[in-house]
Amino acid sequence: MSVTAPMPSLPVAAAKVSERLRKKASRHVAERVIELLLFGAALLSVFTTAAIVYVLVSESWVFFEHVPLKDFLFDTQWTPLFDDAHFGIMVLLSGTITSSAVALVVAIPLGTIIAIYLSEFAPFAVREVAKPFLELLGGVPTIIYGYFALVFLTPLLQKIYPDLPGFNLLSAGLVMGVMIIPYVASLSEDAMRAVPMSLREGSYAMGATRLQTALRVVMPAATSGIASAYILGISRAVGETMILAVAGGMQPNLTFNPAEPGATITSFIVQVALGDLPHGSIGYQTIFAAGLSLMLMTLFFNLLGYWLRKKYREVY
Amino acid sequence: MQEQDLQLIRNIIVRAKRWDAFFGVLGVFALMVGVLTFAALFVDMAIQGIPRLDGDFFTSFPSRRAGQAGILSAWVGTVLVMMVTAMAAVPLGIAAGVYLEEYAPKNWVTDIIEINITNLAGVPSIVYGLLALGLFVYQFGFGQSILSAGLTLALLILPVVIVATRESIRAIPQIIREGSYACGATTWQTVRDHILPYSSPGILTGVIIGMARAIGETAPIITIGALTFIAFLPPLPGAGEPPAGLFDWLFAPFTVMPIQMFNWTSRPEAAFQVNAAAAGFVLVLMTLAMNGAAIWLRYRLRKNIKW
Repeated sequence: MSVTAPMPSLPVAAAKVSERLRKKASRHVAERVIELLLFGAALLSVFTTAAIVYVLVSESWVFFEHVPLKDFLFDTQWTPLFDDAHFGIMVLLSGTITSSAVALVVAIPLGTIIAIYLSEFAPFAVREVAKPFLELLGGVPTIIYGYFALVFLTPLLQKIYPDLPGFNLLSAGLVMGVMIIPYVASLSEDAMRAVPMSLREGSYAMGATRLQTALRVVMPAATSGIASAYILGISRAVGETMILAVAGGMQPNLTFNPAEPGATITSFIVQVALGDLPHGSIGYQTIFAAGLSLMLMTLFFNLLGYWLRKKYREVY
Repeated sequence: MQEQDLQLIRNIIVRAKRWDAFFGVLGVFALMVGVLTFAALFVDMAIQGIPRLDGDFFTSFPSRRAGQAGILSAWVGTVLVMMVTAMAAVPLGIAAGVYLEEYAPKNWVTDIIEINITNLAGVPSIVYGLLALGLFVYQFGFGQSILSAGLTLALLILPVVIVATRESIRAIPQIIREGSYACGATTWQTVRDHILPYSSPGILTGVIIGMARAIGETAPIITIGALTFIAFLPPLPGAGEPPAGLFDWLFAPFTVMPIQMFNWTSRPEAAFQVNAAAAGFVLVLMTLAMNGAAIWLRYRLRKNIKW
């Protein structure tokens, strides 16, 4: 009797392989299922956008069946909850534009200066502290800024300018500007730091100072990034709600004078939502028409930003 | 070169250097505007609010009398809403991020998804409120409940979580994936055993920042119609008569910290302003703590990981 080596016979090995293959096949199915689940999660963003458009348009549709578009755009009164109802979006738009203008007058210069300073001037240690600090500033809830504008800044401004009413677009806009500084500064700074060092070195070699290099070399090279930072700042200002709802007063007021109280598109929505309007009433649909206007404005700015990025993009 | 020309050039240089130095000061000044505003805001709120912060303030319901009012229903509401938000936004955000980085083919569907996420990050928060009012509150019939609010905020912070997930996955070097595939692992095994563990601190940072944003969001929650005066807590599972179901609290009316603060801010009496300051101080501390934790986490991460 010869001793056979302890080797598995061929059929047994084949069975093991086919077993493994079967497992592999089921593994394949599981893989596909997981991929589909993950794809579904990613697709949710598309559904969200579609749902936003659907909700805003379908509710506004009902609204515009009652209110002609001409009145909506050109009427100079906004009294949707009165018996003699007027729906002139211009009134809310003026509040939005005025407060945003005040905010941008603060945020764009200061944000740009901070960005240049951090990117071209500041020592490493300062930047390491300043960047997280800006992030913290951007993380403060806007209701807190609203409270600050109402309780701290307005009384302060009233000392300089006694006629200022307790609710006004000026102090809301100024505080909103400070709120937006981190967004403008941090994105502009990222854009400037992405400019290659060799460009700066070329400029320094010609004897330029840091400021000259920043203004004439780095900023032009980073135009597209800085433009998107500004656009983001504008979008934030237009869409900001709570600061204006708390400190801006909520009376509709067709004015471009920041020292007056006024309602914005956003603060009007909050005002209506705070009261209890029945679902389906015209007042209820008004907020969707207002929301649609807001959405169209931010969409316009987003597209503008996209176009600016494409037009001024420098590739190194 | 003539002496006159040299003098001219020297003048130009001196002037340019003066401007340069001036701008250095201007930059510090601009930063100081931010620092001082923040300091004024924080100190003002602390001085006004801290005397009001005692144990009763956290364990009392809102009241018509400012001195007895507290934030019990507000902080309980915030905690519950945040739980719903986290449970919805974290898995969905991570899944979307993983798909876009590890699975997505380069085609128009992927492009559309990416453009959508970028756009959603720029949509004003109040528009999410309108979406939720139309969709969750009325179409789905969730009502003005904790569930509606939590899902609204989840949609709002989803782009933050997705972007953070993608960034930290992108930081993982390709050799890790190649090593895993070379051993015969499938895509999901690679993701589960390598990609997710290595990117989890970065994802956590993004989740914390997103949650900090959600805690302070007021406008969308007001828009879905959250009440401002709530003097009861959502039902505990199994408590009460008849016993509340396990998920009844999801459909309960609620209020949250920022709405409670807004309510007090909009009252004329000075005593309520003090309450607003106290609630605001608690809210600021919460968001600062969360953002601070995220920044610290990222700092540690950058220092420790060397691939």
